[in-house]
Amino acid sequence: MKVEQISIFIENKSGRLAEITRILGEAEINIRALSLADTSDFGILRLIVNDGAKATTVLKEAGFTVSKTEVVAVEVPDRPGGLSAILQTLDRETINVEYMYAFVERCGGNAVIIFRFDETDKAIAALEAHNFSMLEGSRLYNM
Amino acid sequence: MFFNEEYETLPRPALEALQLKRLQSTLERVYANVPFYKASFDAAGVTPSVVTHLEDLQKLPFTTKQNMRDSYPYALFAAPMEDIVRIHASSGTTGKPTVVGYTLKDINNWSELMARSFVSAGAHKGDIIHNAYGYGLFTGGLGAHYGAERLGASVIPISGGNTKRQIMIMQDFGSTVLTCTPSYSLFMAEEAKAEGIDFRNLKLRVGIFGAEPWSEAMRGEIEEKLNLAAIDIYGLSEIMGPGVAIECIEAKKGLHIWEDHFIPEIINPDTGQRVAEGEFGELVITTITKQGIPLIRYRTRDITSLTYEPCICGRTHARISRMSGRSDDMLIIRGVNVFPSQIEAVLVSIEGIEPHYMLVVDRVGTLDTLEVQVEVNEQLFSDEIKVLQSLSRRVEKEIKDMLGVTCTAKLVEPKTIQRSEGKAKRVTDNRKL
Repeated sequence: MKVEQISIFIENKSGRLAEITRILGEAEINIRALSLADTSDFGILRLIVNDGAKATTVLKEAGFTVSKTEVVAVEVPDRPGGLSAILQTLDRETINVEYMYAFVERCGGNAVIIFRFDETDKAIAALEAHNFSMLEGSRLYNM
Repeated sequence: MFFNEEYETLPRPALEALQLKRLQSTLERVYANVPFYKASFDAAGVTPSVVTHLEDLQKLPFTTKQNMRDSYPYALFAAPMEDIVRIHASSGTTGKPTVVGYTLKDINNWSELMARSFVSAGAHKGDIIHNAYGYGLFTGGLGAHYGAERLGASVIPISGGNTKRQIMIMQDFGSTVLTCTPSYSLFMAEEAKAEGIDFRNLKLRVGIFGAEPWSEAMRGEIEEKLNLAAIDIYGLSEIMGPGVAIECIEAKKGLHIWEDHFIPEIINPDTGQRVAEGEFGELVITTITKQGIPLIRYRTRDITSLTYEPCICGRTHARISRMSGRSDDMLIIRGVNVFPSQIEAVLVSIEGIEPHYMLVVDRVGTLDTLEVQVEVNEQLFSDEIKVLQSLSRRVEKEIKDMLGVTCTAKLVEPKTIQRSEGKAKRVTDNRKL
């Protein structure tokens, strides 16, 4: 149920995002979802791509610091209160969300939200117990 | 005006005869009492007897800061510990500080030279001296303090920090002389302005500024904003502390070095040979009256020049020019001495940090800033902002704890810091002094 995300360190200077997307484009890697967290000095670009291993290799060759993180892709009913139900469940189980962002594509009638939890396995178990649907990585990468 | 007119205006031949006599006596003493000098002279194939003229000083080997570190804490002392009445040490070093000891006579001499320095700067008995140099192991505070008392002035031992209180006391106590670092004087003036106090309306008449490099342009700015005569003072704890050399208010052109206590030389830092009068090079000082820790041909690493031209003030002592840099990589940041190697030692002690770093020094407003750039490698990297921010804060805190200097840590992409080709460039100094 875990999805592989790659994170890239970027200094806050012009052209870095363009450089990363150029490298990925030339390697024919497709970005499936992304989130950019930034401070005044630096940013962290988080990506889900169709080929994480290849993306990691080409970015490292270009001199970037890259790391892999396990995240969870949860299907969220596309209606008012859909996300709230998930978050309330997690709150009751005292699981912290480090960050989250939306996936580009919809899955059936549902939106897909990427979650980074402090305790990934516990979160998966809790979501399964409450019948929330999660997506396998293999399915997500090629959606 | 002089504090000790006889010695300050001693004709050169008499001054040089006095220097030779005091030098010879110092050499005999250190050769007999300090194993380091015995070994160092023997290794160079010289004994104190080779010095029959002042020129012969060049035959003797140099003493370096490393020699002092190797002698930690007391091995270079030439007087028995029971005669040492004061111990100071250099501030902000990793590992071991540089330790100096003073006999009562040393303290008395230092007080006199500092009193002479006050008078040279235009201060006199009756002045209220606001001494904002730090008190403690650092020589600045106590050195200026004893000199002020010897002069017979009223000294306010305010020490550094707490700017608002400094301003209040200067205003309420009627301070007439200010001693601190030049950048701190400007900082205080700005802080005062923010509180609606114009420094130009205070009673300050003279400012004696040292412990960090500054410039003629900065002098102009200080004199304009503080409405006082800004005087450059030089000293270093190894040699004595503040008051080794000072400008005279009459000329404000070069710092008189008290030659009846110190013999200055200027050398080419690469060859060790003396340069011609007026040429720039590294200042080397030999102490000729000190008892606690006499130093023979001590390499200060400060770059300056030396002139024996007569000065309009009447003092016969040679003048060194304003310090123009260092022959090593030491940085002076807000008056704190910092070697890049010390920062490197702090960084590599933090797990995961590689010794690829860059120091960017700048001056924002009136105060120095230090940015420490650290490369983020895979070991340090996290997908969470808070982890990286806590890394920055840790770097800042450890540098502050170890070196006493405030910095900002900046995380940069790997390989963005130039790799060493021979000697790595670790420092970018953007200060326009």
